[in-house]
Order: sequence, then structure tokens, then C-alpha cells
Amino acid sequence: MDSIVLQLLNGLDKGGAYALIALGLTLIFGTLGVVNFAHGALFMLGAFCAVSFQKLLTLSTKVKDESVTFFESYTDVPYLQMWFGDTGMKIIDYAVPLSILFTIPVMLLIGVSLERGLIRHFYRRPHADQILVTFGLAIVLQEIVKSYFGANPIPQAAPAAFAGSANVGELLGLGDSVVYPWWRLIYFAFSAAVVAIVFAFLRYTTFGMVVRAGMRDRETVGLLGINIQRRFTIVFGMAVVVAGIAGAMYTPILPPDYHMGMDFLVLSFVVVVVGGMGSLPGAVAAGFLLGILQSFASMNEIKGIIPGIDQIIIYLIAVVILLVRPRGLMGRKGVMED
Amino acid sequence: MENQNRRTVLKGMAVTGASIAAPSFFVRNAWAADFRNDPSKSKTAKFGFTVPLSGAYADEGADEVRALELAVKHLNGEGDGGMLKTFKPSVLKGNGVLGKKIEYVTGDTQTKSDMARSVAKRMVEKDGVIMWTGGSSSGEAVAMSALAQEIGVIFMCGLTHSNDTTGKDKRRYAFRHFFNAYMSGKALGPVLAKEYGKERKAYHLTADYTWGWTQEESMKNSTEALGWKTTAAVRTPLGAGDFSQYITPVLNSGADVLILNHYGKDMINSLTQAVQFGLRDKMVNGKKFEIVVPLFSELMAQGAGDAIKGILGTSNWDWQLPDAATKAFVKSFGAAYGQPPSQAAQTCYVQALLYANACEMAGTFYPPEVIKQLEGFKFDGLGNGPTEYRAADHQCMKDVLVVRGKQKPTNKFDLLEVVQVVPRSAVEYDPKIFGGELGPYTV
Repeated sequence: MDSIVLQLLNGLDKGGAYALIALGLTLIFGTLGVVNFAHGALFMLGAFCAVSFQKLLTLSTKVKDESVTFFESYTDVPYLQMWFGDTGMKIIDYAVPLSILFTIPVMLLIGVSLERGLIRHFYRRPHADQILVTFGLAIVLQEIVKSYFGANPIPQAAPAAFAGSANVGELLGLGDSVVYPWWRLIYFAFSAAVVAIVFAFLRYTTFGMVVRAGMRDRETVGLLGINIQRRFTIVFGMAVVVAGIAGAMYTPILPPDYHMGMDFLVLSFVVVVVGGMGSLPGAVAAGFLLGILQSFASMNEIKGIIPGIDQIIIYLIAVVILLVRPRGLMGRKGVMED
Repeated sequence: MENQNRRTVLKGMAVTGASIAAPSFFVRNAWAADFRNDPSKSKTAKFGFTVPLSGAYADEGADEVRALELAVKHLNGEGDGGMLKTFKPSVLKGNGVLGKKIEYVTGDTQTKSDMARSVAKRMVEKDGVIMWTGGSSSGEAVAMSALAQEIGVIFMCGLTHSNDTTGKDKRRYAFRHFFNAYMSGKALGPVLAKEYGKERKAYHLTADYTWGWTQEESMKNSTEALGWKTTAAVRTPLGAGDFSQYITPVLNSGADVLILNHYGKDMINSLTQAVQFGLRDKMVNGKKFEIVVPLFSELMAQGAGDAIKGILGTSNWDWQLPDAATKAFVKSFGAAYGQPPSQAAQTCYVQALLYANACEMAGTFYPPEVIKQLEGFKFDGLGNGPTEYRAADHQCMKDVLVVRGKQKPTNKFDLLEVVQVVPRSAVEYDPKIFGGELGPYTV
């Protein structure tokens, strides 16, 4: 029982990341009809926004370290610490959650300029062209990050207050053996909140209503005198922001490197396909579902029966679901079927 | 007509062959001098550094390059000379090797065996290196050792800890200065039993490639011999990043020790995550839960931060050792880079010096002669105390350090403390136990 609860929790935080990326992918596909292979790279850019923000906060001056005697050594003392003392250290401690404030405008800017500068030229081109250009874009973004930050993962610490783990078992009455890191729980809550905000935005605002209408029938909305293109640009920006903050908040869980986006991209596409192309709730549901199944497949009891199942479970599930429901879990008729 | 032609050609060839061969009857070793990338006609000789600059072991690779660049400087007589001054017996003069100035090329192996092999092959074929060194994974080392034997160029292994490197995959053209998993197990076992008792249940998480497998086996053998039980041994893909799905099953497996057969970034991630999951605060079977990292280094300790404090493991070398050689090397490295060298750096530096010295002793770069000088070579003054390059398997035999993550570091580099220097006699073994053949001298 304990291990089931633990793997469920494990699946939730992993699923959270899948769901957020898949949500952005589906938004872009549903509105602009573009298959965006650069989405993983945008997740990675978000993570590096957090890294940059951390660097910004810890801009330092060098002070000689007297305790090192065998050669000249210097310790970095952040300006924030020099100016504000403990308050400065506290701000640095909370660099990751604070980095969201930095990530949102940066990613929005990146998103809108990408759409205006590059992606819009590909709306009327075949899907194959779109895949090629966005994949190329992903490689370019990766190499830029690699040349600037290097190829190594850069560990980011969660705020000290959330560094330990929560005794989930006690809360659920399962005893002491079920503990789970705070930050991972926070990540799950965070992703659920972002999903809720995006859905509420699309459901309850006029802007959202127009976008939803545009997703259904772009032409009619255009005929009603609405500039649907401009709204779709904003939706693209929004999807990029979602991927970005998903990446930024994920950094304490997985130290970011330039390649992390690709690892998530492939899985997220499977998530989108399993959820049903163009279906937002499908993407979210499939994200969590696959995250949880992947975790369960890593249990020793299951690996004992089918060795290596943890590596292939996602693709296996995708095959099964596509055989049983060719349009995915919640896919609508007519999407990508022309 | 055709026949006549062929005959003429054959005659011509015979005459040419004889005339080329003739002078060599009077020159000693002249046949021997005919070998790949012979630098004797050139003013310089080129070394190749195959190091991972990306991937799971990128930090180690970067430090290896620093050390190797320093070694080249010292060999060429630049800088303060580092361990050239303490190395005994040495015939190195600080004027290059056999009078040739040393140059070098560097290539990124990406912590991948196939990449390591192709980078090394290119260095030999395109850049004309006379020897290459580096590498920070046993997968890379085993792949490159095989290549060295195939193409007849010596490979001085960098950081590689798998038993296979000088065990079943040993090669005449490959040499390892670094210690191995078997020696780690032998050295660490008694210390573990002393600190944690003889009734323990261990859970292994193991990097899924040659080093991980032999490390797991050696640790199992040595701990089980002391009375420990092994609850489970789970393989994890190299560079997995998120280990949470492998760590959660540990929590209620009934094990009270977690042995992390991970290295580099893998180890930093798995250890940090294990600590995040509260493993070090747990009590199991009435005992405090412990984590053991059989192989670790300063670089990993830096990456893992507080998580490493109090954790036991083994090391090939540590920059805080008190001997004169270590001091000279650390001084020289620190002056150049503003930080102390890691064990990966030390082993590569030493390997470059050992190779250069063997060439000087042999009086030639001809690989079979250089190999014969290295085999059975006994030396001191390179930071590890008295050391021997065992002829039977090309494994350096020397003392092993049992180390612990320091609880109260006095500066940012003061991360490990040496718990015990386990003497060579306690970790020595019969080279036959791992099988394998060195292969021929000439290829």
C-alpha cells in the first residue's frame, strides 16, 4: 500500500510536467494548426530563465578567502547579501519561485516574437514543413543555451523551507514510511493551478470564448469581424509562457541542461496523441495518466514480472490506446484527418 | 608482353625493397622504428586527450583537461614542474619527451563509448597522436582499450573504475593508474562493518553499464562476506536525471543501507534526491538508515553540497594528502586554475608523466618497448605512495583511501576527510580472478 501511494505521488509530479507541456502543444495545435516541435526547447528555455534569474540575484563580488592557504582563493559574496544582509539571502533562497515573475515576461516576449517572426510564415504550409522548421528551431535554441551555459546540468536549490520532505504517510494514516519531498508536492499543486487558470481563462473570459470559437470554426469567427489572428498570436505566447514556467519550477527537481527539453518533448507528443489531438482536457488527463503509469511500472514487483517495462510503458500504452481509440482518449473527429 | 611487364615490375620492386632495407641492417632497432605516427622525424610529438566535456561525467572531463594541459606544460619545461620534481625514479628532464616538444589535441567523448572510440580513432588517424589518455567512464575506457590494441597506439586510461578495464577487457596497449571496484569493496567493507555493524540489509542502485555492474558485484561480495544481506539491486540508466521512481521503492523495502553505485552527475542527482526523500532521517530495523557511495570525489561532493556530509566512500587520491608530491601538484594546479585538482585530474596527470618517462627509459616511442618499460614499473612520488604497474594486468597497485564527506568544512574545497589509508596488501588480488588476455606486443 505504501509503495502504491508513493508511486502515485511520483506520477503526479512527473505527470504535472507532461500535462503542462502537452497543454501548450495542444493550445498551439488547436488554434494555429501548427505542430510545434520546439515546445520542449521552450520548456528548457524556461528552466534557464530560472538559472539566469538565480545568476542575476547572486551577482557577486570576490572576497579573498583567508582559510585557503595553499594558493590565492576567492569567495563570491553576492551583492544582495552585502546590501541587505539576511533579507538579501532570503531573496536568493527563494530564487526559483521568484523566477516565475522573470520568466513570464521573457517567455511571452520570446513566444510572440517567434510567432510573428517565424511560425506565421508556416500556417499554410504542410505539416511536414512545420515539423522541420520547429525542430530546427529547437536545435538552434539548444545550441545557443549550450554555448552560453555549457553542457552540464546546473543544480538549482528549492527554498530551504521546502528542501526536506513531507510526512504524507502520517496525514493519510499510513505510518512513517511514506514521505515525499515538499518541492515535488508543490510542483504538482502548481501545475494543477496553472491548468485551472488556463481552463478558466478560456472558459470564462470573452477572449477565451472567441479563441474557443476560433478553434472550432476560424472562418466564421473571422467573418464576424473579429481579428482572430491577433488572438491566436497571444494564445501562442500563452502556451510558451506555460511551458516556460513549467520548466522554471521544475529546476529543483531536475537540474536543467540544454538537452532536457528533448527528453520531455517526445513524451509530451505521446501524451498529446494519447489524449487526442486538439483536446485540452485530453492532454491534461493523458499527462497525469502516463506519468502515474510510468511510475508504477518502475516498481520492483512489476519489473520483476516484465523486466525493462519502466522504459517502454508509455509507448506501450500509446499503442494500445491508439488501437482501441484511434483518435485518442478525448479526440474529436476531423482533427489532423484531412 | 604482359608477362614481361609483370616480371619487370617485380624485379623493380625487389631492387627497391632491397635498397630501402639495406641501411637498416646497420642500424639498431631500425625495423622497430617503423610504427604508426612515429614522431622521430618531427620536432614535436602529439598527445591526444579524449575527455567527456558533456554528458554525465562532464565535470570530471573538464578537470582532466586542466590536469593534462598542466602535464604537457611541465613535460615541456614550463611552469614550476609540479610532480616532475618528486617523481622517482624518473628520467624526465623537462625538455619534452626524447627531445620532442609535446603538443596535444582534445576531443569531447560526450560520456559515450561509441563517441569515445571514434574521437580516439580520429586522433590517431588524422591528428597523428603517439599516445592518448583521458576518459571518465569505464564504458569509454573499455572501448578505447580495444581500439588501442587494434591500431597499435598506447592508451593511458583516465578515470575508470570497472574491474573489467584491467580484468576481462585488459589489453597490452592499455594501462590503468586508477584503482578499481574490487579494491574499493575490499577497502570499504571492513570500515562499513565497523561503523554500521554486521547486521545490515543493503539496497543497491546501480548505473547500468560495465562499471556499475562490477562495482555492485564487488560491494555485494565484500559486504555479504561481513554478514550483510542484499535486499535488492536495481539498475538505473546512465544519465537518468530523475531517480525518484527508483528511490521510492527503497523507502519500504526493509533495507537499512542504500548503496549508490553511481558516479558523477548521476550520483549527485541520486544522492540529493535520496536525501530529499528523507532517507537519512529514517530509522529502519531499529537502526539509523545509512547511504554509502563506494566511489566518490571532490567534484561530486561539491555538486551534492550538504547531502554528502558524513557519507562513506573510497577515493583514488585526495588533494589534502600530506605527502610532498601531492603538495607540489596541488600548488601548481591551484596556481593555474584557482582550485585544487580532483582525483580524475590527478590520475590523468600521473598517466601522462608515466608514459613520458617510459618513453625516455626505452629511448624510443616504439610502443612495444614503451609497454615493456611500463610493465612492472615501480615508482613513488606521484601522490599515491609506493606504486607498481603490475605486469600481468596493467593495473597500478597502491594504497586506497576510505573517505567521508566532511561535517564541518573549513573552506569550500575542504569537502572530504580521509578516514583510513588502506594498505596495498589489503586490497591486492590475483590478476587471474577476472580472466582476460593482454594480447600481443606487436600488432
